[in-house]
Amino acid sequence: MSNPCAVIGVGQTAYRTKRLDVSMAGLLREAARRALDDAGLTWKDIDAVVVGKAPDLFEGVMMPETFLAEALGAKGKPIMRVHTAGSVGGSTAIVAAGLIQGGVHQRVLTVAWEKQSESNATWALTVNSPFTTSLVVGAGGYFAPHIRAYMRRAGAPDHIGMLVAVKDRENALRNQYAHLKIPGISREMVESTPMLWEPIRYLETCPSSDGACAMVLASEDAAKKAPNPPAWVHGTSMRSEPMMFAGRDSVSPQGGKDAAADVYRQAGISDPRRELDCAEVYVPFSWYEPMWLENLGFCGESEGWKLTEAGATAMDGDIPWNPSGGVLSSNPIGASGMIRFAEAALQVRGQAGDHQVDGARRALGHAYGGGAQFFAMWIVGSDKP
Amino acid sequence: MREIAVVAFTQSHHSGEDLGLAEIEMLAPVITGIKEKTGLKQFGFTCSGSCDYLAGAPFSFVSALDAVGAWPPISESHVEMDAAWALYEAWVKLLHGEIDTALVYGFGKSSQGELRTILTQQLDPYHLAPLGIDQVSLAALQARAYMERSGAKEDDLRAVAARSRASGRDNPFALHLPEPGDGDDGGYDVAPLHPYDVAPITDGAAAIVLAAGDKARELCERPAWITGIDHRTEAHAPGVRDLTRSDATRIAGEKAGAAGVEVAELHAQFSHEELILREALGLGDDVTVNPSGGALSANPMMAAGLIRIGEAAARIHDGTASRALGHASSGPCLQQNLVCVLSGEANE
Repeated sequence: MSNPCAVIGVGQTAYRTKRLDVSMAGLLREAARRALDDAGLTWKDIDAVVVGKAPDLFEGVMMPETFLAEALGAKGKPIMRVHTAGSVGGSTAIVAAGLIQGGVHQRVLTVAWEKQSESNATWALTVNSPFTTSLVVGAGGYFAPHIRAYMRRAGAPDHIGMLVAVKDRENALRNQYAHLKIPGISREMVESTPMLWEPIRYLETCPSSDGACAMVLASEDAAKKAPNPPAWVHGTSMRSEPMMFAGRDSVSPQGGKDAAADVYRQAGISDPRRELDCAEVYVPFSWYEPMWLENLGFCGESEGWKLTEAGATAMDGDIPWNPSGGVLSSNPIGASGMIRFAEAALQVRGQAGDHQVDGARRALGHAYGGGAQFFAMWIVGSDKP
Repeated sequence: MREIAVVAFTQSHHSGEDLGLAEIEMLAPVITGIKEKTGLKQFGFTCSGSCDYLAGAPFSFVSALDAVGAWPPISESHVEMDAAWALYEAWVKLLHGEIDTALVYGFGKSSQGELRTILTQQLDPYHLAPLGIDQVSLAALQARAYMERSGAKEDDLRAVAARSRASGRDNPFALHLPEPGDGDDGGYDVAPLHPYDVAPITDGAAAIVLAAGDKARELCERPAWITGIDHRTEAHAPGVRDLTRSDATRIAGEKAGAAGVEVAELHAQFSHEELILREALGLGDDVTVNPSGGALSANPMMAAGLIRIGEAAARIHDGTASRALGHASSGPCLQQNLVCVLSGEANE
């Protein structure tokens, strides 16, 4: 019933604090044109466009895809806009893939983006309706208590977060698009930076970035004509759960476990650590690496921090996580999920350049959002399923 | 393609003023209602449409999950568009997914801000929004251009409003608005549009359940099968397109197979838009348009397009039509348009 879907083009912008050299339209076109070039296509070849980004308050433009439609070559074509909080970049790719899998279109352009410099994301996340009062400032204020709960629950030593902060920034040095490039990054350097939200230090959190990521998704017939190797979609999954209710495990949410189980089942994976070659996982605060290692079933409960400490997730480990440098190195919020999905595709296409994991054939892309309540995942492989 | 149908539709009793309900309180009875109607407690997929700028806060869709009861965790997505596009996403999911049912909903509370000014924030932030033009003024430009090309007069627009309001008074869910001219001073809102030519500020919500194949037949005596659905956009800037025609609607109508429908529910938020849409879809005088009263009788933002599909489906469900059309629009001056054609008979 489901038609095969392939990623035949990937395009990214350089991620920077402020991309003052381009308008929003220019930013999106930069990523989209690179994806089209990679796919050997032009705007005319595209049947439909699917756009994703996080809250409109981040730029101060309501439903910005309406004014971006023409710049994205969508005039006379279908264009739709997905918004599922921080997981949106992943959800957008999944919605676009659905158009191929459902046999509706042959070639779909999908773009996710954020131009954080247009506004102030921490403020935009903190404002609330008049009926409720925000108890925290920004995403860090929300997630820090969850990290503390994890540390206590798993008996994790204090330094684990810093290991992730160093590892991901070392990876970023090999990624031409990464935002934070810190030569000589070290545990001492991370430790010397200010504590923002206990236990998250300045260098243990993600930057605010401007940037866009685009992919061209194609049917089997269309993929045959692509000049570069495709990445085939082996499974997709989305899960959502309410932010708050008594008894909810918000440290290792059920939605994440369910989405992982669903996507592994579709891809025929029973042991993700062994059967996947690498993973691009949404880690906006360093500690979320060990937390997601457990939630995604790469190890047992309370074992995640041990994998990180042992170097299993480093480039030379048995299961590299975030070879691109991850969200800790580049965070155009609405695009961050799609970057994970796209980087997973680049790995299995053998096109990840200096941060290529040797011989990667199957990879996981992961995104989450809201109060760790929205999850989007896909598994891509170099073989057609 | 898999057979997919609208099997149930519910909507709120829409309100023209703030009833003191939060969005989730407005939505919860609608979701409860459609669960009771279908006997389903869980759905294979859930998708919604809403807009943060109406609430003035980010993530307006997040708390809506509490109304849905998303536990155990559900497969779910959201569009920052009218929920008609959420229905489109759910339709695609049903085409290829391992699921048989989908819940779609949309909600909006326009009463809590100045809608026409809020919609200025939707315009091109570099070239258009700084001019400060609001939604109604843009629509008035379109109305003027359309009247000049077509020869339509203000009375033709008034006739659309009068018919819509009369139908709306027969619809228990719509606002019950007086005959144009009753109680107003005959002046313009923004010329050539009179107040009755402009959709009323409305709070409300709506939900639809889609189902595939035999599941649809099991859930509904007479499913409204989606025989075609398509959506298209035009360029954004009013200066680069022919405002007097809706090319996006024409293409979507052709792709969805609009010819031969008996009933059309058109998401016209201004009287003249109905005339433009009728022309784009090639609807003759024999087609019944907006028997529900349309958006001119109740226009809950982010739900009004979905309601058009729901109302069209209801005509199939009750057997009063065998082919019906639901249309939704988004963006300034009918920029984006979706056409969904429903039939009492499945394709093939």
